[in-house]
Amino acid sequence: MTAGLQFFIDPSRCIGCRSCENACAECETHRGFPMIHVDYIDRPNSIATTPMVCMHCENPTCAQVCPADAIKQNEEGVVLSSLKPRCIACSNCVLACPFGVPKMLTALEQMMKCDMCYDRTSIGKRPMCATVCPSQALAFVSPDEIARQRREVPVNTFRFGAEEVRTKVSMMAPRGVEAVEIDVVDYMWEASS
Amino acid sequence: MSEPPLSPDELRARFGPNLNYTPPGGWRGPSRGVATRLVKTHCCFCGQQCGIQLKVQDDKVVGFEPWEEFPFNRGMLCPKGVRRYLQDNHPDRLLAPLLRTERGFEETTWDTAMSLTARRIREVQEKYGKDAVAVYGGASLTTEKAYLIGKLARVAVGTRHIDYNGRLCMVSAGVAYKLAFGVDRSPNPWSDIPRAQVVMILGANIGECAPITTDYVWRCRDAGGKIIVADPRMTPITRNADLYLPVRPGCDAALLMGMLHVVLRDKLEDRAFIDAHTLGFDEVAASVASYDPLTTARITGVPPEAIEKAAHWFGEAERAIAMHARGIEHHSKGVENCLAVINLALATGNIGREGAGCMMITGQGNGQGGREHGQKCDQLPGQRQISDPAAREHVARVWRVAPEEIPQAGYSAVEIMNAIHRGEIKALVCACFNPLVSLPDAEFTREALSKLEFFAVIDFFLSETAHHADVVLAGSLQEEDEGVTCSAEGRVIHIQEAVPPPGQARREWQIYCDLAARLGQAERFTYASSRAIFDELREASRGGIADYYGISYEKIDQQLGVFWPCPSEDHPGTPRLFEGGRFFHADGKAHFVPVVDRPGGDPVSDEFPIYLTTGRVVSQYLSGTQTRRIGPLVDQYPEPRLEIHPQLAEAQGISDADWVEVTTRRATMTVRAQVVRTIRPDTVFIPYHWAGKRSVNRLTHRTIDPRSKIPEFKVSAARLARAAGPPPWARDGTGGASARHLPVVGAAAAAPGRQGAP
Repeated sequence: MTAGLQFFIDPSRCIGCRSCENACAECETHRGFPMIHVDYIDRPNSIATTPMVCMHCENPTCAQVCPADAIKQNEEGVVLSSLKPRCIACSNCVLACPFGVPKMLTALEQMMKCDMCYDRTSIGKRPMCATVCPSQALAFVSPDEIARQRREVPVNTFRFGAEEVRTKVSMMAPRGVEAVEIDVVDYMWEASS
Repeated sequence: MSEPPLSPDELRARFGPNLNYTPPGGWRGPSRGVATRLVKTHCCFCGQQCGIQLKVQDDKVVGFEPWEEFPFNRGMLCPKGVRRYLQDNHPDRLLAPLLRTERGFEETTWDTAMSLTARRIREVQEKYGKDAVAVYGGASLTTEKAYLIGKLARVAVGTRHIDYNGRLCMVSAGVAYKLAFGVDRSPNPWSDIPRAQVVMILGANIGECAPITTDYVWRCRDAGGKIIVADPRMTPITRNADLYLPVRPGCDAALLMGMLHVVLRDKLEDRAFIDAHTLGFDEVAASVASYDPLTTARITGVPPEAIEKAAHWFGEAERAIAMHARGIEHHSKGVENCLAVINLALATGNIGREGAGCMMITGQGNGQGGREHGQKCDQLPGQRQISDPAAREHVARVWRVAPEEIPQAGYSAVEIMNAIHRGEIKALVCACFNPLVSLPDAEFTREALSKLEFFAVIDFFLSETAHHADVVLAGSLQEEDEGVTCSAEGRVIHIQEAVPPPGQARREWQIYCDLAARLGQAERFTYASSRAIFDELREASRGGIADYYGISYEKIDQQLGVFWPCPSEDHPGTPRLFEGGRFFHADGKAHFVPVVDRPGGDPVSDEFPIYLTTGRVVSQYLSGTQTRRIGPLVDQYPEPRLEIHPQLAEAQGISDADWVEVTTRRATMTVRAQVVRTIRPDTVFIPYHWAGKRSVNRLTHRTIDPRSKIPEFKVSAARLARAAGPPPWARDGTGGASARHLPVVGAAAAAPGRQGAP
């Protein structure tokens, strides 16, 4: 049922209801603690919120910086929570992730993060957060469906200065945008000349 | 007599609200094994009535699973739906009837509780007359229970005073739709929303109060549709609005009349539709003649250009939808506000077609079904008027009583409380309603409750209202009984009994039947099941406006819901009303009804210069009887806060997170400020889900709409002052903010301005 489906995030649809966080916390593997989060971008000035799940980088920075080699990718490219026997709770991954995703649970001395509901997707169910999301800011559907239904387009290339990060999860962006440039330098005439 | 028997702290220690965070046995307990059953049913929180599967193990609800096949929400759920299972197996749950004693509330037998209730009802009636007893019902009850409590009140208790908490919900819309269309139901199914070219959202905090509707609105936008939002606050749905109209509280009718003025001035009306299918247009046209954009702008605080633009978008679209909720309905002119929406839709021919219409967003769980079959003070089953002799005769035949035995219309919810306060009503039976939190002017309500000579409450948790009861009859949660509800879009759906009521708790209809028998009406209350009640309800509604005759539990399961009217067994139901321009009035026409704008019941003044408006947050439901006991939902928004614009805050010397005294002509409350640019600078907002000193309904006023009898929750006049410090309730450790979370390092922990962690 989930073959061919992909994960898409569209922050502009988010209503800040935290249904995704609540649903994530119901998971049998992390029992009461959400592995994703919703943030107000600037509550004093706006009602805008944004949900964040792990972007599942093709070449994950969190795994690269892990001194204990505790963060693994499975064969489908899903980046998993740290392996409990290996994780030394150093928080390198927390600091290094370009998207601010991993959380270090100090009481458990382990980094845990979104694994795209591997327990569900591996048995043909959609990830819990994207299933319940009332605004479909989080969507787990086919690329065809997204192309047909949405006015924004999916992007999965992010450039942090010289570093290009490609991800399994896509972010919806205005039409015409092929990659999200994070560094202001990318937009400056001097830098590109 | 009906003062609480113990102090608030003592009652809280025994009956909560305590916070439930984990499934039975904890996260590693046996309930985490494989579920025995997945029960396809619906969420109990709000009128969207989302499909959900409850995970059941050993007769306990232990979790949930999305139900992706149910067409309305396709697996989507808001946080209340996700966490609703935590109301099951709750330590606060009432497991047996309770009797007030000098030592507090003590468990008793059903026989003792029921015989006392019947005896006291009759004693009060013998002393003061039949109508000295009132009955309150609730819109979270299944339709069978709502139907039966109406019959209980009129046939067994014999009082004319039966009303319900839906009176605090969408009744202004109900009255307006009946006046204009002859029927009280949203005319369009939700699947029409993405088909519209323009969706105008008036006074509806869709993102928080009808979260699943968000996806429908966004899909409209994906397809190129334009979104207009009119609200004194920017609520989450505003983030993608193409046009935002920051209407001043209480000025909705004026805004809509201004829009209609522009439509008519620029000849954007649908003449052919008006001529063929409506009556009364000329009078309405005359009534908006003086509402030119500049005049309207002065009244509403919305720029004239924005009024022109909204009118043009709505008037020029081939398919436009206007959606509205409590924001325009909770007014002493709530009916007028809704009529103004209808007039605009009718004038532009936006009704009875795919993607074109006006839609009320009913808020309460069974807000639609709960008002169709006889717990409203002026209606009999099938949305029949109680004053209509033919309606009385039909229902009397089904009930096997004489028509004259059915009392005439009684008081509405607020009027009942007023009559209790002035001593006219002496006894109250209250099911599934927490008026101490949800009615306006809570100190008045508290005084009234303490005057009752007898007070019986039927509920599953001990609400703050129930603290005043003489006897509390332990009822059932939605998932503990079978029945139907009707969702906001008019879809009748099937509620499954996932588990039986725990302990000695009973299904409400069993309580009603027991009480009826003890009141000498056993032979008219001989139901063996909810299904038997539904079969009688089908007959009672037959030929009425809300005709359920052709609906069966099996048909609902097969079709995943049946939209009423469904007059015969081979009828598929009616998802969209008024197709072909046929309306429910005897003349088949839609009726324009002119609107006269008038001031509200609690006007601002030099002494009270600020508009106070109230509403809901996404993580709480109504008076919080259920959701204030669910830990994760409480953590998400633990206590009421005051939304205030920086301009107003600065003028009052208030900074973000300061404690602020908010005073109206009734009372003062102290609440923490949240300084945001997303609200008009002349308006402050406080959500209403809490009790006691945290209840903003201590500040609201009892003015009601003369026709719908809805209270004016959306506009009170207030003044503000920075408080010296936190109020006592913020220091007593019951604020709900939890210390149980493990310390977390990472982005979420550092996120600024996170709700729930002020």
